[in-house]
Amino acid sequence: MTFAAAATHGFLSPAGVEIAFLLVGVVTLGAAVITVTTRQLVHAALWLVVALGGLAVEYLLLTAEFIAWVQVLIYVGSVVVLLLFGLMLTKAPIGRSPDADSGNRWVALAVAAVAAASLVWVVVDAFRTTWIDLDGPAQGSTKVSGEILFRHWVLPFEALSVLLLAALIGAIVLSRRDGEEPGKVPASRTAPAARGGKDSSSGRADRSAREGNS
Amino acid sequence: MHLAYPAVLAVLLFSIGLYGVLARRNAILVLMSVELMLNAVNLNLVAFDVWLRDTLHAGQALTLFIIAIAAAEIGIGLAIVLMVYRNRGSSDVDRLRDTAETAHGPDAPGPHGGTSTDREEKAEATA
Amino acid sequence: MTTTTLAVLVPLLPFLGAAAGLLLGRTAPGFVRPLAVLPTLAAAVLAVVVAVRQDGGKAIDASTQLTPTGSVPIDLALHIDGFAALTAILVGVVASCVQIYSTGYLRDDPRYPSYAALVSLFTSAMLLVVYSGDLMVLLVGWEIMGICSYFLVGHYWETPEARAASLKAFLVTKLGDVPFLIGLFALAADAGTFRITGILGAVAADAVEHPTLIALLLLAGVAGKSAQFPLHTWLPDAMAGPTPVSALIHAATMVAAGIYFVARLLPLFAASAAAMTVLAVMAAVTMVGSGLAALAQDDIKRVLAYSTIGQLGYMSGALAVGDRGAAVFHLLSHGAFKALLFLAAGVIIHAAGTNSLAAMSRMSGLSKRVPDAYWTMTVALLALAAIPPFAGFFSKEAVLVAAEHTALGDSETAPVTAGWFVLVAALLTAVLTAAYAIRLWLLTFRGRGAEAPDHGRQPLSMTTVLWVLAVPSLAFGLTAGRLPRWFDGHALTPTLTTAVLGTGVALVGGLVTYGAWRHSTALAARLPLGAVAAHPDAEPAVSEAEAIATHTPAYGDIAAAHDPADPARLLLGPLHRHAAAGFHVDALYTVLFVRPVRAAAQLVRFLDREVVDTYVRGSGTGTRWLGTAVRRAQTGNVQTYLSALLAGSVVLAIAAVVLSNVNAGS
Repeated sequence: MTFAAAATHGFLSPAGVEIAFLLVGVVTLGAAVITVTTRQLVHAALWLVVALGGLAVEYLLLTAEFIAWVQVLIYVGSVVVLLLFGLMLTKAPIGRSPDADSGNRWVALAVAAVAAASLVWVVVDAFRTTWIDLDGPAQGSTKVSGEILFRHWVLPFEALSVLLLAALIGAIVLSRRDGEEPGKVPASRTAPAARGGKDSSSGRADRSAREGNS
Repeated sequence: MHLAYPAVLAVLLFSIGLYGVLARRNAILVLMSVELMLNAVNLNLVAFDVWLRDTLHAGQALTLFIIAIAAAEIGIGLAIVLMVYRNRGSSDVDRLRDTAETAHGPDAPGPHGGTSTDREEKAEATA
Repeated sequence: MTTTTLAVLVPLLPFLGAAAGLLLGRTAPGFVRPLAVLPTLAAAVLAVVVAVRQDGGKAIDASTQLTPTGSVPIDLALHIDGFAALTAILVGVVASCVQIYSTGYLRDDPRYPSYAALVSLFTSAMLLVVYSGDLMVLLVGWEIMGICSYFLVGHYWETPEARAASLKAFLVTKLGDVPFLIGLFALAADAGTFRITGILGAVAADAVEHPTLIALLLLAGVAGKSAQFPLHTWLPDAMAGPTPVSALIHAATMVAAGIYFVARLLPLFAASAAAMTVLAVMAAVTMVGSGLAALAQDDIKRVLAYSTIGQLGYMSGALAVGDRGAAVFHLLSHGAFKALLFLAAGVIIHAAGTNSLAAMSRMSGLSKRVPDAYWTMTVALLALAAIPPFAGFFSKEAVLVAAEHTALGDSETAPVTAGWFVLVAALLTAVLTAAYAIRLWLLTFRGRGAEAPDHGRQPLSMTTVLWVLAVPSLAFGLTAGRLPRWFDGHALTPTLTTAVLGTGVALVGGLVTYGAWRHSTALAARLPLGAVAAHPDAEPAVSEAEAIATHTPAYGDIAAAHDPADPARLLLGPLHRHAAAGFHVDALYTVLFVRPVRAAAQLVRFLDREVVDTYVRGSGTGTRWLGTAVRRAQTGNVQTYLSALLAGSVVLAIAAVVLSNVNAGS
């Protein structure tokens, strides 16, 4: 079906859905590029929202509506918020920071460019004439997704819930403040940088004091 | 729709994410770039699933799982970054160079004098 | 016990003694002396018993094979004929005397246990050579003797002379042993067996294809072991060892082994006229040269060493004219009186505190200090000079008779020319032998000057042995009539012509020397010489080691002293300088062998240090540079690592795609 269809569909006469896809794709790419190049860290997170939202639109155009909503809910709604919290907690500078990129950027650029060139070549070479028929029954409606997910993919789904639980506990354990006394929390909270840079003697005194308390 | 459009878009997104992972200093920005790469993969999966009309919808199911795993990964990753930041006062990836061989030998303390003590504290905390 | 069992015990007992001595030497010092003396003594007694049972009759042959050894079998074989039986007695008796003497001579030596064990091992090896009926087993004993001589000559290894001498003895004898080994293999390849009986059978059946080649190869080993020209140079230097060792090496073991070996395989040598002639020339050159050299030596032990070489020349001469009875007869009598000479010389060196004849000639009353040594040495020197009726006279007459027979064409085994060579050289040597014997006696015991120092009586163990050995030196010749029954049957009794001739020239030599001594001794009083350097009351071995060490500084040369009162200077004239240096054979060898070998060693050292090591060092430096370069990559920056990893995987992916495209296109 696809090969016969491909013969009738050239690249020079795009359908409406293709034009929409291309425009949204350009926006997504642009947002992604700004995300990885901007010197303002908070802006990077916001541009990431644009890129991920653009991808959600692309999912919609590919008739995968459920995944599109999930994308909006989880990525845009929670992940980016989480990232913003992270930026704030690590005292990321507001405004332009001149050293946002490491000295590795030229190597990174070369590797990425070569990877992009080779992958584009391979993908275009392979799927030049392949046509996606979007006119049939919707492939990713919520009903369909719910049915296959709970009919065929129940076991991985349940395993995934255990994984999420483990990640939850792990994140709590990792970000806990080493069981410090409540009286000490404000001091270390106000000066995390000083805590990281303090010398070993005071660290030892700190620890012995804690041992004495316990 | 031509399959080449989503495929090429995924490739380019992936490469941009690759650049971000290799070029960014801040660990949280590195995590953002990782998210971009994961999303590129997701786009690929969805596009191929639609093209193949898979009766099991394996591509879409896998995309959902990846989104869930990515959320978990972001949670854990941010926790680690926070911890590093708390211990070091910085979350710059290229300044975490304890494994580098210094002129004073491998056992010499790094730029931050309190590293070993902090490690001991961590060991105590996890024990 | 059967005769075979007894014969096996003869070499085995000293060997066990040596092993026990080495094991118990440190833990139980009290057992060392009995363990050294008793097995050797028992071996001597057993050798006598074996000889009595064998009684000169048919040879005793016994063999057992431990394990199959390929195409040519190697047997643990005994072959005891009259020669073996009598030689074993000589070895046993001399070795026992040496062991007993050593208990006194090295009584306080800290290395006595190992010394005694080595002497026992040496004796055991020689007895193995004597009794063995298989050439490979014989070779084992032959080589053990080489090792033992190395250790024993180097006993005073603190002195550089002893170190050099032991190395020289080892290397020179090994130089002969290499062709000897090749000769043995060639012989076995031709005869198809290592058994002596088998080889003699093959020779009789004319089955040996290359007798001349084999005989010459074997002669090289014999020349090395028996110190014949041109491989004799180790023997005079071996005097740096203790005197009992010299006695053992010179009288009964080591040097006797070569002569004995030729005697055993004489039919093989006789099969080649060329080999016999070479042997005769070798013997003649050795005899005359060593006689002249002995006359010029200043060290009393070196005189005796050169005399040994000369007497071995007599034996080689007898073999060259095909009479092994005469050769072994001379070997036996020489063994007795030469052991006596050396042991007495050890007593004298201890008493005089020096080994220099020039120093002794300025010392009066030495004969009164050591009367036992004086009398026994007189007997032994008379025997050496072949004055009737002492033992040397009869055995030397046997050699002369055999040579005369051959020269006159009465022998069917040896060429006439060989006979003339041996006869003329033997008569010349008889003159020289008498001359140096008289010179030795006069300079040692008839010196004038200060009184010899008094060290009290010599130990009983040393003096008794001298008298024991004096008996055969005096009387062994009387058995000349009975010995042919043990040997090949040739008459060994002297004939009138040779007796008159030999004794005559000996008397002439002796009288001329006496005249020269009378003439030159007047000079001795005017020229004081001789610092007695040795510690006066130390044990004999220590005195000797000190005497050896101080000889060169005190007298300027290891061989000769600058003593114008020496009668030898008058007799030899301008020849004296060359004779004292052993006719510069050592210098010749230095030019011919030592320097080229050293130069080659230098070259090899250069190649190793400068060429080979450069590559080794270069590889090390290259690796270090590479390591430094790689180390720079280890920055600890995770992003750098990840970049390299991803770049590598991209390159691999591209390579895979390109390759698959190329393959698909082709």
